[in-house]
Amino acid sequence: MNKTFLKNIWITILILPSLVILIAVVVYPFGYNFILSLSNISLTHIRDWKIIGFDQYIKVFTTVTQPNIYVIFFKTILWTITNLFFHVVIGVSLALVLNQKDIFGKAIFRTILILPWAVPQLIVALTWRGMFNYEYGVINAMLTQVMGLPPVEWLKGESTAFLSAIITNVWLGFPFMMIIALGALQSIPRDMYEAADIDGANWYHRFRYITVPLLKPVMIPAITLGTIWTFNNLNIVWLISNGGEPQDSTHILVSFVYKAAFNFYRYGYAAALSVIIFLILLLFSLSFMKKTRTAENVY
Amino acid sequence: MKNKFIKYLRLTFSYLFLILFCAISIYPVLQVVNISLRPANRLLTTSLEIFPQNATFENYIKLFTEQPFLIWIGNSSFISLVVTLTGVVLASTAGYAFSRYEFIGKKISLLSLLVTQMFPPTMLLLPMYIMLVKLGLLNSYMGIMILYTATALPFCIWQMKGYYDTVPFSLEEAAMIDGCNYFQSFYKIILPIASPALVITALFSFMSSWTEYIVAAQVLQNTELWTLPLGLKSFESNFGTEWGLYGAASVIIMVPVIILFLVLSKWLISGLTLGSVKG
Repeated sequence: MNKTFLKNIWITILILPSLVILIAVVVYPFGYNFILSLSNISLTHIRDWKIIGFDQYIKVFTTVTQPNIYVIFFKTILWTITNLFFHVVIGVSLALVLNQKDIFGKAIFRTILILPWAVPQLIVALTWRGMFNYEYGVINAMLTQVMGLPPVEWLKGESTAFLSAIITNVWLGFPFMMIIALGALQSIPRDMYEAADIDGANWYHRFRYITVPLLKPVMIPAITLGTIWTFNNLNIVWLISNGGEPQDSTHILVSFVYKAAFNFYRYGYAAALSVIIFLILLLFSLSFMKKTRTAENVY
Repeated sequence: MKNKFIKYLRLTFSYLFLILFCAISIYPVLQVVNISLRPANRLLTTSLEIFPQNATFENYIKLFTEQPFLIWIGNSSFISLVVTLTGVVLASTAGYAFSRYEFIGKKISLLSLLVTQMFPPTMLLLPMYIMLVKLGLLNSYMGIMILYTATALPFCIWQMKGYYDTVPFSLEEAAMIDGCNYFQSFYKIILPIASPALVITALFSFMSSWTEYIVAAQVLQNTELWTLPLGLKSFESNFGTEWGLYGAASVIIMVPVIILFLVLSKWLISGLTLGSVKG
C-alpha cells in the first residue's frame, strides 16, 4: 500500500510540471483558437468580440481572396510533394553511396553534407534570397558567366519566385532524410548481404529484398513528419518571397494565414483557416499511417 | 578484370556524386563568409571568387561598434539558455514517466503530443498573441520564452521517451534491489545512459530559440528587446541591404550552432533514429 502510494507520488512529480505547462500553453490556446475561429474578432473588434458561429469557415471557402484560396491550396500540395520527393531521393541516394564499405573519408563527407541542416533557416533564406538577386546574385552570375545563358528574374516572376523557394527548401531538407536513412542502413547486418551473395543475388535483388524492406519502417515515420513540417514551413516561403512577393502570388497556406493574421489583422478568419489546415494534416497523417501499417502486415 | 573495372566505375561515380553534393552543401555557407569579409567598395560584385580580394574584418568591427549587436547577443543567449534548461528538465522527466509507468490518460497524452506536431505555426501563435496582448505580456521575455518552450516540448518529450524505451527495465530493478529509491535510480543510473538523447534535446531547444524569427517578430517589437534574428533581419530590406553587416552577423549567429551541430552529429544519428524507430 505504502509502496504504490510512493510510486504514484513519483509519477506525479515526473509528469505534473510538463502537464501543467502543456495544458496552459498548448491545450488552452488550442481551445481558444477554436473559439476565436467562431467569432468576429479583428483589429476593430479585439476586445468586444462575440461568437457568430461558422461564418469565418464559410468565408474561407467562399470569399474570393487575392490570390484564390484553392490556388494556394494547390500550391501547398505542389510545394510539399516536390520538396519531399527531392528530400527523400537525394537523402537516400547519398546515404546509400556513403554506406558502401570501400568509401574513404565517410566522416568528412557526412559532416559537410549535414551543413544545410545546421545553418539556421533565417540565414538560409536570406542568403539564398541574396543568391537569387537579379543583378548581383551568384546564381545569375553562374548562369551568365559559366554557362552563357541569359539571367533570370528569380524573385520577380510568379513561378520563378515559387521555384526559388522550393530550391532553397530542397537544399536545407535533404540532410535530415540522409541521416535517418544512414542510421537505418547501418543497422542492417552485413552478413545479410553476404548471405544474399552466396545465394547468387545481384545488386538489384539485394536492394529490392534487403535494403528497401529494412529501410521502409524507419523512413515512413520520417516521411510523415517531413510532410507535416514541409506543409507547415512558414520560414522559407515567407522570407524568400518577402511576405508573398510578387503581388502575394508566392504563398502556401501557412504563409497566407500568417499574413491574414498579422498584416491584415483578420484574426477570426486566420483562426478558422488554421483549424482547417490542422484538420487537413490530421486526416493525412491518420490515413497515411493506416495505409502504411496495413501494407506492412501484407509483407 | 571486368569486375575490377565495374568497381572502379562505381567508386568514381560515388565520389563524384558525393563531391557534387558537398559542393552544393558548402557553397552558400562559404558565400556568407565571403560577404562578411568583403571591403565596403566590393560588397556588390558579380565575381565568382570564393575568397574576396582585400579581405577585411571591418564589417565585424562595425557590427560591434556601430550596432547594438552585443545587446542582441545577450538577449538571445538569455532566452535560449532558459528555454533549453526548462525544455531538458521537463522533457527528461516527463519522457521517463511515459516510457516506464502506466497511468491514467497516458495513451491519450502521447497521442496529443503527436497531434501538436500538426498544428500550423499560427494555431498557437495567434491565440497566444491575443492572450499576451490582453495580459500586457507583449514585449516581454516571459511571453516569448513560454511560446518557445511550448512549441519545442512535445517533440522533445517524444524524443526522450523513444530513447528511454531502448534502455532495459532491469537496470532500475537492479538499482532498486541495491537500495536506490525511485529518484536515485532515475538520476544516477538512467539519466547518464540517456545523455545522447539529452544532448540532442538540448541542441534542438537551443537551436530553435537561438534562430527563431517569425514568432519573435510579432512578440518583441521593442528594439531593445530584440534577439539576434530580429537584428539580422533588420539589415535586410527591399531598398538596400547592408550586406556587410548582414554577412558578419550571420557568421556570428551560425558558427556556434554549426559547431555544436557537427560535434554532436555522431549522437544525432543514434538519438534520432532510435526515437523514430520506436515512434
